[in-house]
Amino acid sequence: MTAWINLSVNGQPTEVEVDPMRRLADVLRDDLGLTGTKIGCNAGDCGACTVRIDGRQACACLVPIAQAAGTDVRTVEGLAPVAEPAGFADLASLQRAFLEAGAAQCGICTPGMLMAADDLLERLPSPTEAEIHDGLGGVLCRCTGYRKIVEAVQAAAAGPLSAAGPLSAVVAGPGPLPKPGEGSVHAVGTRLPKVDGLELVTGTAAFGADPRPDGMLVVRAVRSPHARARFTIGDLGPLREKHPGLVLVLTAADIPGQNRYGIYATGKDQPALADGEVRHRGEAILGLVGEEAAIEAITDDELPITWEPLPPHLRIDEALAVDAHQLHGHAPANVLISGRVARGDVDAVRADGGLITAEVDVETTFVEHAYIEPEAGHARRVGDRIELFVSTQTPYMDRDETALILGLRPDQVRIIPSAVGGGFGGKLDLSVHPLIATAAWLTGRPVRAVWTRPESMAASPKRHPARIHASASATPDGALVSFRFHGDFDTGAYASWGPTVANRVPVHATGPYEVLNVLATTRAIHTNNPPAGAFRGFGVPQAAIAHEALMDDLAARLGIDSLEFRHRNAIHAGSRTATSQLIRASAGLRGCLEALRPQWAGLRRDALDFNAVAAMQRRPLRRGVGIGAMWYGIGNTSMTNPSTIELGLDREAVLTLYSGAVDIGQGASTVMVQIAADALGVPPAAMRLVSGDTDRTADAGKSSASRQTFVSGNAARLAGEDLRRQLLRLAEVEDAAADLATLEFAAGRAIVTESGRPSVAIDLAELPAVRATDPGATPVLLGHGTYDPKTTPLDSDGQGDPYETYAFGAQLALVEVDTELGTVKVLRIVAAHDVGRAINPTQVEGQIHGGIAQGLGLALMEAYVPGRTENLHDYLIPTVGDIPEIECLLIEDAEPSGPYGAKGVGEPALVPTAPAILGGIHDATGARITTLPATPDRVLAAIHALAPALP
Amino acid sequence: MGTYLRPADLGDAVDALAAGVAEGRPKVIVAGATDHYPARVGRVMDEDVLDLSGLEGLPSIEPREGGWLIPAGATWTDIAEAQLPPLFAGLRRAARAIGGLQIQNRATVVGNVANASPAADGVPNLIALDADVELVSARGSRRIPMAEFVTGNRATLRAADELITGLFVPEPAGLARSTFLKLGSRAYLVISIAMVAAVLVTDEQRRITSARVAVGACSAVAARLPELEGQLVGRAAAPGLEEVVRASHLAALSPIDDVRATAAYRREAAEVLVRRALAELVA
Repeated sequence: MTAWINLSVNGQPTEVEVDPMRRLADVLRDDLGLTGTKIGCNAGDCGACTVRIDGRQACACLVPIAQAAGTDVRTVEGLAPVAEPAGFADLASLQRAFLEAGAAQCGICTPGMLMAADDLLERLPSPTEAEIHDGLGGVLCRCTGYRKIVEAVQAAAAGPLSAAGPLSAVVAGPGPLPKPGEGSVHAVGTRLPKVDGLELVTGTAAFGADPRPDGMLVVRAVRSPHARARFTIGDLGPLREKHPGLVLVLTAADIPGQNRYGIYATGKDQPALADGEVRHRGEAILGLVGEEAAIEAITDDELPITWEPLPPHLRIDEALAVDAHQLHGHAPANVLISGRVARGDVDAVRADGGLITAEVDVETTFVEHAYIEPEAGHARRVGDRIELFVSTQTPYMDRDETALILGLRPDQVRIIPSAVGGGFGGKLDLSVHPLIATAAWLTGRPVRAVWTRPESMAASPKRHPARIHASASATPDGALVSFRFHGDFDTGAYASWGPTVANRVPVHATGPYEVLNVLATTRAIHTNNPPAGAFRGFGVPQAAIAHEALMDDLAARLGIDSLEFRHRNAIHAGSRTATSQLIRASAGLRGCLEALRPQWAGLRRDALDFNAVAAMQRRPLRRGVGIGAMWYGIGNTSMTNPSTIELGLDREAVLTLYSGAVDIGQGASTVMVQIAADALGVPPAAMRLVSGDTDRTADAGKSSASRQTFVSGNAARLAGEDLRRQLLRLAEVEDAAADLATLEFAAGRAIVTESGRPSVAIDLAELPAVRATDPGATPVLLGHGTYDPKTTPLDSDGQGDPYETYAFGAQLALVEVDTELGTVKVLRIVAAHDVGRAINPTQVEGQIHGGIAQGLGLALMEAYVPGRTENLHDYLIPTVGDIPEIECLLIEDAEPSGPYGAKGVGEPALVPTAPAILGGIHDATGARITTLPATPDRVLAAIHALAPALP
Repeated sequence: MGTYLRPADLGDAVDALAAGVAEGRPKVIVAGATDHYPARVGRVMDEDVLDLSGLEGLPSIEPREGGWLIPAGATWTDIAEAQLPPLFAGLRRAARAIGGLQIQNRATVVGNVANASPAADGVPNLIALDADVELVSARGSRRIPMAEFVTGNRATLRAADELITGLFVPEPAGLARSTFLKLGSRAYLVISIAMVAAVLVTDEQRRITSARVAVGACSAVAARLPELEGQLVGRAAAPGLEEVVRASHLAALSPIDDVRATAAYRREAAEVLVRRALAELVA
């Protein structure tokens, strides 16, 4: 049944005829086209769909449209004072504050945050920080770590600001900072608001689920409820008869090309649709293609599927058992791949005696990316080509993989990345692509798919659970001399990015320390769990929990201050790593540790004072301070990973940056514009941006491995420099004067000015068009930049130069433990990161905040259990109230090969957080948690295991 | 797609429920709908729905002969914003701990009881408040004590043709105060690992005349601790009261191991929470 419902939407009287139980969120998005309201869970768990109903914030996904009858509904589209905001001046003060503070990263939670904040500020015009937390507590954000959102709300509040600005300081390192080209406006180093920010704060950015193409069909995957099973599909005739809107049922036999995909050319092991046997819960076996209403009406129990469940391997030990069934023929004994780094002789030096040795066992679990935007997109067939609009971190790999599945050439596939509502590594694998592409190819109609939250959680890859044993030895005077590490990683049913983890971890296993004797080994092991793949740090965060526990233990046993012990052994310029790579420059760990010294001393003193009072008053709270240090190689491990970026100038004197570096919220687009602008010598506002479309931009690789600022940033710099060189040559500027010349663009002319000479105007209309990647573009000049980091292959002992540069960092965590309940509250984090050069300090801080939030989740609350935590109320990620005050110290130890000295910070920010928090718990209570997450029951059990009881 | 009714009149609602039962298609009742949709993510929604949110004539939270009535339409925000005596301090704290503001603005107290989750934050509070559940159907009306109404995990004594019109909280004889402590793994939007609601009633000499302590999320239905309550009566409501608590007082709980915590932890944490709740009430 349907009913006519009258309501007011953003002040406009509105009438719809719909099912009265239709969710308000669906009516807004699908019936009224107001896609600014986002859907992250449809269960009231994430708050992305927050709107105001008669002033009060509500989850639009939980409101029957009939209950909205007669109400005043306000959405993000109604926030700005003008209908179609075109610039800063058109925005509401709250939206402006979000943009300026960097409170929107990916932007998927932004509309919900804005509406919750709008509700808050109307009720409480000058809220305290606690009141802001209460007001925003129902909206989850996975990118920002919430701090800049709180800052933005404070800035927008009518009352006096309670924070003067971001807690941050920039500290120059020892190396000279390369200066951006003279004559430029120095965009590098400024807090330029996100170039895509206006769309994010107005809700107009198109995410994967936002477009609904005319004439579209939808495809829904039918997924296995079993971890391992054989299945047969019976007669589909009755299903088709019952549901005339069901156009097509896809099975493995319908995949036009190769029904196998995977990241590695040699490891294509994952079927688009399983063929007779499933290897993990959530694996797709059928695709139901048809009209949206028809597909929604089909229940799983109508499907003629016969399941024969088989005993699965759900733990590493089961998969390694002698008689274990083998998941894949190419992975004997279920070992997909092993990694190894060996240098010196770890045992001989220990046998010599006189060393102090510490050992640790660490166990971590599956961690879910929990981006607030579930996987979504649509495909359309255009002649003998297919176009996909999808949420992705890696358009070029998607293009090649989709081509294989459809049996097409890569140039027959076009990937248009949507705005990406969070990735963190989880959108580096194919998701909706195989089924939307196949269905659109076969039917000729546009086909859309939007995964539900439970589907996203069941079917997408996870962080690898790790089981690590490690030991480290030091001389009595505190020199680290021997390090041994073995890690087994549960890579789940398919390879995904498992090989990357197995290769990256041994290189980083020692942590950021100089050790002469190292043996680090890893294995990626197949089980019947969901595929474990890429997740911010590729296994390094798990390894860091082990090496940092060892550093704390060694320091304590040697009687050396924990920070100073790390400082003494820190990799520095001139060090050789475990792979014998000589680090020539930009190794700023010591700079980070030195910047942290005052806070380290101060916070520890405060914690001791607090504990003395608490003990006297017989109160159960204890505080402690922990430290974590990290390093991280930027880009792929010993593999080519080039980026190409183009900068075009057309006859109308319009500059267009063609960047394939996908912005997944981290700010890649803004960084590319800042770098290219300085390299060319123009203000960033002079540049248009075309981003990520495989038909229009050259390949800039993946948004992963913290590589975009360094690798694509270098390509953007080279493109800008190339175009500048071409213009100066046309103006016949002498090389000696090149740095001082200025460029202006207006009315079809490029004007080149150097001091002491009249300006030279280049009439662009006179120039012939040149060919660019974008077939629609007609530039007359095209700057071209390609950069591929200089690396060498690793030999069988893992020796070589796997990365051109490394990021370094260290963080302090002040924690408070309730020793009767085992609950842990993080009170403060101080984060020092050597980023080489902060191209955009606001964005660097945003990455650090967000990394810390995910590190805090990893440490304290996140545990994915297949079949049990497939929603955002059983799977917990930090809320606004869980993130403490964060102080960022940006250490700029310039990387000579980086664009203006920059490296990367996306993954590095997450790595030291969990070690620092776990160290803090240890400092507070004496209990060392090595099985994660450190939930209250585990912390309390560890406290009880200590003897004697607490002082 | 099922049918949908949003009557303004209680009689019509009751008739619709009776008709649903008679047709063999009992209606699903929604009010705030905040438990309804999450249970149906990605599922076909073809039930017949009776939506109570349009009912007229349901009073707001108000004193009634011998106590207070929380009507079926009262949301958690209504509880948080109402002028209520200290007896309701615990329930008001629960009101701000259930989901985010978005949920609190729409979800009803009665719905929390009707949904009967073992982790329902309202239930231990209402048990400690000694509330009665008021039901009506075409067959008549009845009142059931909270402690009996919820019978198991998502099971209650409500018949398919009945609806809950409200919760009656009796006014205790004496000075009453309450508290609520909720334990979870994060700051907001958290399902309780364990929780404790406690009500103490004292006479003019601050002597405890009545005590009700209920523990939630540690058994299928939130459970009172009668032995402890008995020990508390007659004592002075003075600092140190929590020393009365013994592990044996919680022996009847039957916590489970799940993703949130172990059973052993829950038992221990519940005892800590009980002590703290009592300490807070006499501080």
